Amino acid sequence: MPRGNLMKYLFIAAAGIGFVVLPFVLKSNYLLSIFIVIGIYALVVQGLGIIMGYAGQVSFGQAAFFGIGAYAVAILTTHYHWGTIPALLAATVLPSLVAAVIGRPTLKLKEHYLALATLAFGLLVHIIFSEGGELTGGPSGLTGIPYLNIGGFVFNRDYKFYYLVWAVVVLVFLGVRNLDRSRIGRSLRAIRDSEVAAEANGINSAALKLKAFVFSAFLAGLGGGIYAYYVTFISPAPFSFNISIQFVLMAVIGGLGTICGPVLGVGLVVALGEALRWLVPLVIPHAGGEYQIIFFGLILVLAMIFKPEGLSTGWRKITDSEKAEETGLLETSANT
Amino acid sequence: MDLYLQFLFSGLTLGSIYALIALALVTTYNITGILNMAQGEFVALGALAACTLYSAGFSLPAAFFLAVIATAVVGGLMERLVINPVRNASNITSIIITIGVSIMIRGLALLIWGTNPYSLPAFTEGGPLKVLGAAVNTQSIWVFGLLIVTVTGLFAFMEKTYWGKAVRACVINRMAAKLMGINPYILSLMAFIVSGMLGAAAGVFITPITLATYDMGFSLGLKGFVAAIIGGINNVGGAIIGGLLLGVLEIFGAGLISSGLKDAVALIVLIIVLLLRPQGIIGVVSGRKV
Repeated sequence: MPRGNLMKYLFIAAAGIGFVVLPFVLKSNYLLSIFIVIGIYALVVQGLGIIMGYAGQVSFGQAAFFGIGAYAVAILTTHYHWGTIPALLAATVLPSLVAAVIGRPTLKLKEHYLALATLAFGLLVHIIFSEGGELTGGPSGLTGIPYLNIGGFVFNRDYKFYYLVWAVVVLVFLGVRNLDRSRIGRSLRAIRDSEVAAEANGINSAALKLKAFVFSAFLAGLGGGIYAYYVTFISPAPFSFNISIQFVLMAVIGGLGTICGPVLGVGLVVALGEALRWLVPLVIPHAGGEYQIIFFGLILVLAMIFKPEGLSTGWRKITDSEKAEETGLLETSANT
Repeated sequence: MDLYLQFLFSGLTLGSIYALIALALVTTYNITGILNMAQGEFVALGALAACTLYSAGFSLPAAFFLAVIATAVVGGLMERLVINPVRNASNITSIIITIGVSIMIRGLALLIWGTNPYSLPAFTEGGPLKVLGAAVNTQSIWVFGLLIVTVTGLFAFMEKTYWGKAVRACVINRMAAKLMGINPYILSLMAFIVSGMLGAAAGVFITPITLATYDMGFSLGLKGFVAAIIGGINNVGGAIIGGLLLGVLEIFGAGLISSGLKDAVALIVLIIVLLLRPQGIIGVVSGRKV
């Protein structure tokens, strides 16, 4: 086994053990809840990463799909008393359907038109959440979402939720990794690099982009559904435009078109947000937490200027060239 | 009937502001190919700066000009610091950068001015004018005047001056313009400075009617986009028509259906136009280079 691979497996094993024992080491529920939120956001950003990194389209409406998933669970469990499995199923199917309907015409739009269309969609969904009357609970939202319950096992404690969320994250991670190495993954990357060239080689770019868009909405909805079960109370605020921007920031910081990027990006941005919550009041005495958005904006700008490919690409490039060396493909890949 | 006429005048006032913002967006887009998502923040900055200067004892005209100059400086700085360094980047990169700048400016405005609304007095005293039975605010006349002066000025600049011709050449074919010795980077800087000035002027003129808040820019910038897209993103005349049309639609939508839906009107119009006629209502489809 080559040395690089051994190191990689050791790293993965260490990270895995770390994640399993984490709830026993952490004495504070506050930190554990942050890790749960990181896991949930990682699902959403993984979806956004597929749209941005593989298909090369920017979406400013990811928080809307996240919200549709969350509201699906909230409405179905509080108004109609659905069980966990059907409610979570609805939380993933509904955003996917919405994405399929709006994706068909919007994905035909080029670059900044698509950005604006998704932005408008996100704002519109947010208005629907806050103006939805009794169904969505209006600006104050819905309370009393029951605990997540699978076959009688009730996820009523944070550590149970932690294992559930990260198990889902790992499953999704493996799924995306397989997708990345499949014909679909290669085709999506071809579209990102040159849509015309991809189509000339027989890739149906419109159909593929739609599939990627629907899959990204599926992941966002899944994250949203789990989120609603975790916080047991939702209002329109966590699904606003600013949150969509944060998702874009997380995807960009982590590295677009990489598999580890989303988790890394979410971890960094959430950690930064928590750090700023402590630091900003020390520097500016009367400031509240809302000023962290200034720093998010600054980091987004700096990242796009100096490292638009994200932070995890350094690692990916190394492993790619190692792989190429093993198979003697370095020459050809350098030429392309 | 009087009510509809009243709606029409209110809509045209609001629409003139949207048209001014759309003009700035279209100018920037034509020269640089960038959609400046921070355009609305220029409006907010100009308005808030003018309020602060006015309450610090400056006369209204002095506060206006200083606010416009200050915002122009912000626009110029933005171009030098974050737009110029990534001039060869993809559209997605530049749009994310301008969004980043916009949330930064909004956050800083919140830090400086807080959440309270600020106001300016109307530019001229006196009650509303009666036009065909509808009451028209004198400030509305000022807003129409600003739009007319801006459009005339922009037209004269484009047709009569060397730099105006350089801009038009750059719009038609950037590479050819470059080969003829036109420096596109100076044009890009100019575009952002003019955007700052236009945005700030629009912000100061609308403040006596709507008040100024730190977050007014987001919604105004978005309306400017919708106006620009209704008209066709690269069409100056279209931006003006689009702005006026959107203003009227919004006021009628809010007045006749529900005021809670005022913001939804623009979003729905945007989505409909993007889906049915992404080139704008008076735009023409042009071929795409690969």
